[in-house]
Amino acid sequence: MSIKIEHISKSFEDVTALKDISFEVNEGELFGLIGPDGAGKTTLFRILTTLLIADNGSATVAGYDAVNNYKDIRNHVGYMPGRFSLYQDLTVEENLEFFATIFGTTIEENYDLIKDIYVQIEPFKKRRAGKLSGGMKQKLALSCALIHKPKVLFLDEPTTGVDPVSRKEFWEMLKRLQQKGITILVSTPYMDEAALCDRIALIQDGKILEIDTPQEIVKHYPKKIYDIKADKMYELILSLNTYEHNHSVYPFGEFVHYTDQRDDFNPTELIQFLEDKGLENISIQPTEVTIEDTFMELAR
Amino acid sequence: MKKTNVIKAENLTKMFGEFTAVNAISFDVKKGEIFGFLGANGAGKTTAMKMLIGISTPTSGKAEVAGFDVYKNAENIKKNIGYMSQKFALYDDLTVKENITFFGGIYGLSRTQIKEKRTTLINELGLQEVSNELVSSLPLGWKQKLAFSVALLHDPKIIFLDEPTGGVDPITRRQFWEMIYKTAHNGTTVFVTTHYMDEAEYCDRVSIMVDGKIEALDTPKELKKQFKVDSMNDVFLKLARG
Repeated sequence: MSIKIEHISKSFEDVTALKDISFEVNEGELFGLIGPDGAGKTTLFRILTTLLIADNGSATVAGYDAVNNYKDIRNHVGYMPGRFSLYQDLTVEENLEFFATIFGTTIEENYDLIKDIYVQIEPFKKRRAGKLSGGMKQKLALSCALIHKPKVLFLDEPTTGVDPVSRKEFWEMLKRLQQKGITILVSTPYMDEAALCDRIALIQDGKILEIDTPQEIVKHYPKKIYDIKADKMYELILSLNTYEHNHSVYPFGEFVHYTDQRDDFNPTELIQFLEDKGLENISIQPTEVTIEDTFMELAR
Repeated sequence: MKKTNVIKAENLTKMFGEFTAVNAISFDVKKGEIFGFLGANGAGKTTAMKMLIGISTPTSGKAEVAGFDVYKNAENIKKNIGYMSQKFALYDDLTVKENITFFGGIYGLSRTQIKEKRTTLINELGLQEVSNELVSSLPLGWKQKLAFSVALLHDPKIIFLDEPTGGVDPITRRQFWEMIYKTAHNGTTVFVTTHYMDEAEYCDRVSIMVDGKIEALDTPKELKKQFKVDSMNDVFLKLARG
């Protein structure tokens, strides 16, 4: 087991950030912590990286206890916090060298591990970190978190505010790191990234809603979901919200994801209802469940 | 009925030294339209938006926002638009009520108007119980909804939203979009940037910026057809990756 979390709770004054959290991450696993801002993701990361002490419960990382062996954990994990935390007034190269030195290693020794990522920012190695673009900062931060060849890598919302292309590239990098034997715990508010993890934990308000593989999690969805489309989106949402049999109505790209309270739901009846509301070109089709649907159902 | 254009940009350009951040972009946005302004990080979206909201003077080109010229009437533009970004929206150490009062004052509303707006807004958002709480104590989703309503206090013609839903939970994100739909329905133009491609689908029209230029501009439906793909995510990947 690479990470073991048992009954962890943490409060700040009157805010409970984590409520009795337990789960395990296997060695070499790419594990996703999926939830919105304020769910408790960062607090959990800070406890696991020994920057905070839990009120209750215990955790081990790479076999070391998060309280008693905190120094060992610090030597064996890489941590990329959500907020850019490198030295803005050091250059790219100086930052990397600094992190290598404090971990008692050199850039050359572990260059293999960061090569893929670092070559993309190497042309700018004389530039100060504060002057880099968002995507380049992210790559430098990841290189610095990897330079001491950690056993476990903690990435706190590495892709928040990042465009879809850079997000895709980032996940491709993570997959390659995983193949090198590094265990990765990554958090994200983007539900579509969940599908790229081996296993995920859905977290909201300090509580774990569910833990499983992405494929299993969507299978647990209790209802049949329909894609509904009509000529006017806003009127469609308003009309569906007034339909007495609705269970949930959520816009989903060009469709509305709709679930009905009844097991014997009949689309023709709903089409009639929507036509009476003045909508046109209505289509209702069964569709696949996504992680986002599951999250919303669990969070209701 | 032909709808009027509330944003007109023609060859709008911004250079920083030798670097062209925004390269001769041209587009129109209609009244009551939800216009999605997409692009990769560093493509020039923020720079373009700053010119449109009157806080950065273009290097060349023309633009009119809410009927005012960006060179000559930037101050009037600011009075006729609302702006909300993820980074700056409300004062954390003021209460809900104080924030509304403060922004009402900034926008030049009278005391009576502020009082009326404050009551309506607090009731509509269901914030009665927390109206005297500091904004810092509110959940992110509530803050975002409040920030959006505050940006609309002075009934602007256009509201600019810079990644308004980043990090927000999926249910709140959808409630937020229902507020956007409602606003557009009432005739206010919505100009929005986002990294969520499902949200791009909610827009009437979408533009995609690549390296300072607008490389695509159409309805989501037409863009998908044009690029022969099923989702806006794929349109984006195809364009931005070349």
